Amino acid sequence: MKNRIRELRVERNMTQEDLAEIIGVSRQTINAIEKEKFDPSLPTAFKMARLFEKTIEEIFSFD
Amino acid sequence: MELMKIERNKRVRKLALWTWNWMATMAIATFGPKFIWDDHEFLSIFSLLVNFTTGIIMILANRNLFNHFDELERKVHLEAMALTLGLSVVVGLSFSLLDQQNYIPFEAEISYLVMFMGITYLIASVVNSNRFK
Repeated sequence: MKNRIRELRVERNMTQEDLAEIIGVSRQTINAIEKEKFDPSLPTAFKMARLFEKTIEEIFSFD
Repeated sequence: MELMKIERNKRVRKLALWTWNWMATMAIATFGPKFIWDDHEFLSIFSLLVNFTTGIIMILANRNLFNHFDELERKVHLEAMALTLGLSVVVGLSFSLLDQQNYIPFEAEISYLVMFMGITYLIASVVNSNRFK
């Protein structure tokens, strides 16, 4: 699954550590999601969508 | 994040403490009857009960730590556990058959299986963690 997490995070001048703290996961998890090695759970995807004020479809796309 | 780390360390320390307690009570239950209380029946049964209870508390401490993992860590450890369980059943039974048919020059002790499980879980966790880096 492709995602725009890194792009949206950098736009807001956030570090992976900042994002991890807000979402409630580890920095390694954020890194794995950004590198598209790991697909987040639905609650995590919703938290990210709410944080970045986007819909889930605007952040994640199924290729 | 700092609070998460503090809580994580607390749970790891708790698991380490109960693992140590379990190992210590296992050693006492193993060597006590021969070297400390000279096969006293009540003390032998009591030491086994203490060891069993400590083992249950260790399992609960492990579950407590697991419940603090985030989704990626859970995936890493669940996969490692699945691999460990599967390999332990297959390798354990093959090992037992080898012993039954006298293909190995020693007894297939349960301790070999426990060591195998520990090493398998450790390697599987490390390899799995690296997959997501």
